[in-house]
Order: sequence, then structure tokens, then C-alpha cells
Amino acid sequence: MSWGAWTLLVITVSAFIWCALHIREFFPNWDWKYKWLKDLEIFFNRYKKQLAWVMLIFAIITGVYTGILLSAFNARPLWNTSVLGPLFLASGLSAGAAAIVLSSKDKKERILFTKIDLVILATELFLIVHMFMGFMASTQVQIEAAQLFLGGPYTMAFWIFVVMLGIIIPGVLDLMELRGKHIPAALPGILVLMGSFFFRFIFVFAGQVSRWLY
Amino acid sequence: MRYAMAVDTKKCVGCSDCVVACQTENNVPIGFCRDWVVEVIDGTYPQLEVELRSERCNHCENAPCVRCCPTGASHIVEGGIVMVKPNKCIGCGACIASCPYDARYPHPKGYVDKCTFCFHRVKQGMKPACVAVCPTKCMYFGDLDDPNSDLSVMLKRRKHKTLIPEAGTLPQLYFLI
Repeated sequence: MSWGAWTLLVITVSAFIWCALHIREFFPNWDWKYKWLKDLEIFFNRYKKQLAWVMLIFAIITGVYTGILLSAFNARPLWNTSVLGPLFLASGLSAGAAAIVLSSKDKKERILFTKIDLVILATELFLIVHMFMGFMASTQVQIEAAQLFLGGPYTMAFWIFVVMLGIIIPGVLDLMELRGKHIPAALPGILVLMGSFFFRFIFVFAGQVSRWLY
Repeated sequence: MRYAMAVDTKKCVGCSDCVVACQTENNVPIGFCRDWVVEVIDGTYPQLEVELRSERCNHCENAPCVRCCPTGASHIVEGGIVMVKPNKCIGCGACIASCPYDARYPHPKGYVDKCTFCFHRVKQGMKPACVAVCPTKCMYFGDLDDPNSDLSVMLKRRKHKTLIPEAGTLPQLYFLI
């Protein structure tokens, strides 16, 4: 799984460069002070489109990577499912869309990303249901792994914080906003970000509890 | 060349000599072990059935720990022995979580450590410390590709099993039953 570590190396550096190129949107009077930093900014501004493509591809790989890394763990039946990769990607994408909705000042952009977020949240919910269906139709160890969330110790944390507060309620709020109802603008974004965080947190913890029986 | 080990669960008395021998030979820090003895009791008194197993890393053919390692510190050397390079290991613990047999432990010096089948002894033609020291001679170590080795003969002659083969790891630690 070293390819994920290399991906992180690429995406971290390029993401920092991207932020640096856009720093004047938040701090209009920003000055790089040294000449070589200014030269670097000009250089990267020239290749901004290429940088964007590199980031797009590596961002998708990074989003899938966590899930695929965990699904490669034979010993943990809860993680050992191929749905985990797409699920982590969907959760990451919805968090990204929510972050854009939170930080954007352009109304049109906010509405576009609210719509995108809504689609991704629906996909995520579908994938979660799909994953549990897969577990329940599988072997005893997988059934016991799913039981951690269906009556086991993680039931409440998962269904309340991840599914209700992280997916369904922000989804409904997004829908209300698109229909023209007035809701606190930051609320769905914050809820989605919290939901994505809790999803990863709970899944990493619960996975370590699930095990093969012998 | 394919190194493997077989443990005779009928001959093992659970004395834990193998554990102490390993800790001494490999300088395992206090409180950790690379091999351990499991006692499985089935049935109700007086109908009891006990199985004693000296367990260690299974040196899997399809090792999840090697697959999950983000730095390539976990690797497979000649003879199929799974090893860790301490200077490449960052101690992230992915291999510990990925092992269905719990065969690895975090060394206090910051890397992950595990059974090496005593590779340093095997290279010199000796047997692993646990096998060499066993008072009941219940462990057999050898080359599976050599049809005349102790191990191959025992596996041909006796009924045997591996631990959770359904995990798909192709374990190479056999238990004679």
C-alpha cells in the first residue's frame, strides 16, 4: 500500500501550492517578501491548469486510498469489503462540497455545490445501506461485524451522528434551501463536515473490534 | 525453498519453553512475545477435550501485513519468511491491525517486531530456537519443497490443519491433530 503514501506526498505539496496561489482572495494585501517566492508564484501561475488536473486526479486517488487501505486488512471483517473505497470517496467528496459551500462568497457557486452535495449525500446513504446488505448476506464474521452497528456498541454513535446528523438532516436542509426556505446558511455544511469526521472516526474504531473467530 | 513449521497438538504439554527460548534468543523486550501457547478447552466436565497450540507468525503465502505496509518495511525473504526492516518501519501499526493471528507487536524502540522463524539461525543450518528447545520435540521445522524433510514426512503421515484458512492468507504454520 505504499502507493497511497506517495499519493499523499504529491497531493499535500500541490494542495499547499494551490492555496498559496489563491491566498490573495482571503488576504488582499499579501506580500511574498522574497524574490524567489514571487518567481515561484509566477511559475506556478503559468502552469495552473496542469496543476489543477494533477490535483483532480490525485485528489480522487487520495479519497479512495483510505478506504482501499482499510479494505486490504484481511483480519478486520468490517473493513474487508470493497464498498469501503467508494464510500470513503463519497464521504470525502461531500465534505469537500460542504467546505466550498461554507467558504464561498458567490451565491451561484453555493447553490451549485449545494446541489452537488445533495447528490453525493444520496450516493453515500445508498452505499451505506448497500454495505450492510452485503455484510448481512455474507459469512458469520461479517454478520458479527455488521452487528456492531445493528444493536452493538456503535449503533447509536453511527446512526445518530453519521446517518442522521451527517447525511439525512443536512440533505433535508439542502433541499429546503433549494426550495427557497430560509435556513441558517452554515448549518448543513458544518453538519456534513462533522458527519464525515464521525464516519471515519467510528469506522476506524469499530473495525479494530471486529475479528476472525477461531 | 519454502520454510514452514508444524506443531503436534497431541505432544505439546504447554510448558511455554518455546516462549522463553524465543524471548532469550531474540532479545524480546519484557512484556512482549513473538510466540505464545494457546490452550483451547472444549466440552463440559468430565467430558473435556484440550488442545494445546504453540502459536507464532504463520509466515503466510498471501501475507496481509506485507500488502498493507505503507513503507515496504514488511517483506518476504527467501524461503517465504515474512520479515520487518526496523530502519524502514515507521511504526504505524497497519500490519498489526491487518494480521488475523495477532502475531505482531510494537517494539518499544518504535518499530514493529515479529517472529522471523529465527532466520539468523536457519541461515546457518540450525533450527529455530523454539524448535530446538522443545522438551517433547513436538515441533517440526523444515522445507516443504523437500519431500524427505521431517516436516514434509509429518504432514504426509498425520492429519493437520491451519488456523482460519478462510481468511485467505495461506498460512504456513501447521497443527497436527
